[in-house]
Amino acid sequence: MTAPDRTIELITSELGGDGTNARAVTARALAAAERLNDTLNAFLQIDRAGAISRAEGLDREAGGEGALRGVPLAVKDNICVRDMQMTCGSRILAGYHPPYDATVVERLRGAGAVLVGKTNCDEFAMGSSNENSAYGAVRNPWDTGRVPGGSSGGSAAAVAARIVPAALGSETGGSVRQPAALCGIVGLKPTYGRVSRYGLVAFGSSLDQVSVFGLTVRDAAIVLGTIAGRDERDATTADVPVPDYAADLGGDVLGARIGVPRDLLGEGVDPEVRARVGEAIEAYRGLGAEVVDVELPHARYSIAVYYIIATAEASSNLARYDGVRYGYRAEDPADLREMYRLTREQGFGAEVKRRIMLGTYVLSSGYYDAYYLKAQQVRTLIKRDFERAFGACDAVLTPTTPTPAFRLGEKTDDPLSMYLSDIYTCMANLAGIPGVSVPCGLSAAGLPVGFQLMGRHWDESTILRLAHAYERAHPLAARPALMAE
Amino acid sequence: MPITESDIRKIATLAHLEITDEELRTLAPQVASIVAYVEQLNELDTSSVEPATGGLTPEGERTEAVREDRARPSLGQALALEQAPDPAHGHFRVPKVIGGSEVKENL
Repeated sequence: MTAPDRTIELITSELGGDGTNARAVTARALAAAERLNDTLNAFLQIDRAGAISRAEGLDREAGGEGALRGVPLAVKDNICVRDMQMTCGSRILAGYHPPYDATVVERLRGAGAVLVGKTNCDEFAMGSSNENSAYGAVRNPWDTGRVPGGSSGGSAAAVAARIVPAALGSETGGSVRQPAALCGIVGLKPTYGRVSRYGLVAFGSSLDQVSVFGLTVRDAAIVLGTIAGRDERDATTADVPVPDYAADLGGDVLGARIGVPRDLLGEGVDPEVRARVGEAIEAYRGLGAEVVDVELPHARYSIAVYYIIATAEASSNLARYDGVRYGYRAEDPADLREMYRLTREQGFGAEVKRRIMLGTYVLSSGYYDAYYLKAQQVRTLIKRDFERAFGACDAVLTPTTPTPAFRLGEKTDDPLSMYLSDIYTCMANLAGIPGVSVPCGLSAAGLPVGFQLMGRHWDESTILRLAHAYERAHPLAARPALMAE
Repeated sequence: MPITESDIRKIATLAHLEITDEELRTLAPQVASIVAYVEQLNELDTSSVEPATGGLTPEGERTEAVREDRARPSLGQALALEQAPDPAHGHFRVPKVIGGSEVKENL
């Protein structure tokens, strides 16, 4: 029998009863983070002093409120937390300390959360395996010879290893759902505009969204409810009411319509992934949902569209790293231009350079219409596919990833094959719709498999409710090899 | 459109990236294969399709993005310069702009 997971619900229910306090809960998370970090490399900074002092402060305030009161959480290292470093997994930001909190961090603190540290990630969130971090790869807690996925691999590993019950990541093309699937936890990408990006380092501005990992669907729902909503400091956040996601969980799924794009479940999918996802579809039928066929005829172009739009936007966003105002500057350049070139040559890793080059190419004079404009037109077709599908169903179900976690080094020499691990996830970012990845069993080798549900704009509630119904009926009983005691 | 090593050098110049010969040898075929992959989009006739630029959701597009026009404290000079590699007299100091190495920008 495995011990029950220390979810947000369990942690907050224990506080105050039999003398359990925030300090003890935080000390436990810190001890686990410190013990496991030599192996997992999930954290780039563990803020023991800050977290303990924050927890003691919470313990002194009697009767404080907050959905996350005393809950230890981790934050991906591309989100600004005042008084902690922020490297984005890059040499170019080594030692950088943001002078302000991201809005999402402000909201987590406001709800009583204790931030234990910053998590490792692919450099500037570019990668699907966490091998592109300048500070070393993150290991998958289920099998340390394998990747945790990326780019938010550190946050995924920290939650999967039960160090924290939830963590923030960010998504541009699947960087939370993909590692969530590979690490056997829940990963939620909200609707574009649902969560403020003030203080999130920009990668692809028409795609980026702060996203959430949770041990359970409820954990993810609680954190989303805390961080969601309009923010005056981010003009892309929309003025749309935020429901109580956690309160909306529960109830049955009778009559809910789940759309399955059969065309996408054919070649290129690992047979074990196909089998587990097939079982999840049958499980929904068993729970009383109706399974319908839907078609997303342009979804197969999504990786091509994604790698044009994301790299074009990245090449522009990353122009700010020039050695002038903050971060790394190359030594003894002859003039300004040489300073830019040498700073960026020495500061950026191979994948970031590759994407800046691609993005610069597709935007360059004479090629803009052929690549960027074309990609934005096909993006419209992908959005229309989803609009049509949501006429026939309430959520679209696919595998989250084509394979379970791959070995470290397996795809590093072949960028295109690495990109294809986001084939199911990046379509939601292109369409701006929410998606949630849910664990649905293990492969024969004992590696987690996940499926994802994608929903209508602003309708995180429906996919969370459906995800929760599955999770309640089919919880993942297995635990990773490496985890907190 | 096959991508050559000279194309890669030109892109590197545009992107203010210094590319070593070794990087050039790996990057050129990688960029070429990714570009060949994305060219599958040419299978689709998109002549009458609007590009998906602007807000991704109608609600996002309708949201009033302009805040009330009132003065607020900014970061401040001290904090803004705190992490500058070479601050001087309240400014960001950089190497000379004119002269030095010439960069050909035959765009």
